[in-house]
Amino acid sequence: MIDRRPFVQKILKNRKDNLRVVSGIGTSTWDIMSAGDNKGNFGFIGAMGQSIPFALGLAKSQPDLRILLFTGDGDTLMSLGSMATVANHPVNNLTIVVLDNESYVETGSQPTATAGKSDLELIAKGSGISNSYTVTNENDYEKIMNTIYVEEGPSLIVVKCQAKATPLVFPYSFDGSVSINRFMSSIKS
Amino acid sequence: MTGINKDWRNDIYAVFKDLNITMVSHVPDAGHTPLINLCEKDNEIDVVTLTTEQDGVGLSCGAYAGGRKSALLMQSSGVGNCINALALPNICRIPFLTIVSMRGEWGEFIPWQVPMGLGTPKVLEAMDIKVFRADYKDEVGSTVDAAARFAFNTNRSAAVLLSQKMIGAKQFKNG
Repeated sequence: MIDRRPFVQKILKNRKDNLRVVSGIGTSTWDIMSAGDNKGNFGFIGAMGQSIPFALGLAKSQPDLRILLFTGDGDTLMSLGSMATVANHPVNNLTIVVLDNESYVETGSQPTATAGKSDLELIAKGSGISNSYTVTNENDYEKIMNTIYVEEGPSLIVVKCQAKATPLVFPYSFDGSVSINRFMSSIKS
Repeated sequence: MTGINKDWRNDIYAVFKDLNITMVSHVPDAGHTPLINLCEKDNEIDVVTLTTEQDGVGLSCGAYAGGRKSALLMQSSGVGNCINALALPNICRIPFLTIVSMRGEWGEFIPWQVPMGLGTPKVLEAMDIKVFRADYKDEVGSTVDAAARFAFNTNRSAAVLLSQKMIGAKQFKNG
């Protein structure tokens, strides 16, 4: 099991200029913010289930950028059909990293479906995202970096994480219009 | 923009072209089919078939963040699926445009269409969506044009309801 916070920080350290990062509601947003403020980040703090469709729309609109979505098992489980949409309207520049701690940690660590019988890698593959795999230890760091920056997407990586609460790291702004305009300025420039 | 084409779907398509809307997502409805077909024939428009209407909200917002304008096509029954997702364009002031074919309001045959048909304008307004309505074929183009300009010029969400009176209610036959 991976300690998600330092792992996300490691992935985002020395990030390349062509990377834009989106995060789903919950701990994922605090995770990417903990790696340092960056105009090329857009973090959801609501609209659960919409981060995968959002990342798909962004990837389709910016084919020369690499789009990386960090999200959780809870957010992903809410919109499983979006995996089928990603698979059938493919973009080669999208990587979805599901930080799967098998629980709704922010609400009291209730178990999610992945703590039971459900497997997001198999769901992704069954939806048609063929480049899907699961990692359980940090030795796969180089493989993940290659997927994010080099491999033809769409890809989905399930990162099995420890289910522990981590400190909240707030974004530049909680105002969505400030956040999205700042993010868009990183694309125009 | 008013009723210049024989089929009002062509008038909607003309608005898409005029305003450079290059992504169209949908959960299909028979009322939208001619428009979907027009968009699919156009190499400049990406047509994305969704599994649930709410994903069209996120998709549309992501496309806008990347610099592209889009529209979501759905039937009134899909509006209810979108409610929480509509927080995204609202709080981010992202322009969002949806075109809704109405069921359950004019000569409807299927009772199951009535609850969401009655609820559609109320639900949209409850989420601060500006609701436009087209009851006649010759006003479709100008209404979609006005709604799209409202959305993209003022960074807000707009919906056009295409009335069942105009689309026509299908009468089903058993056997």
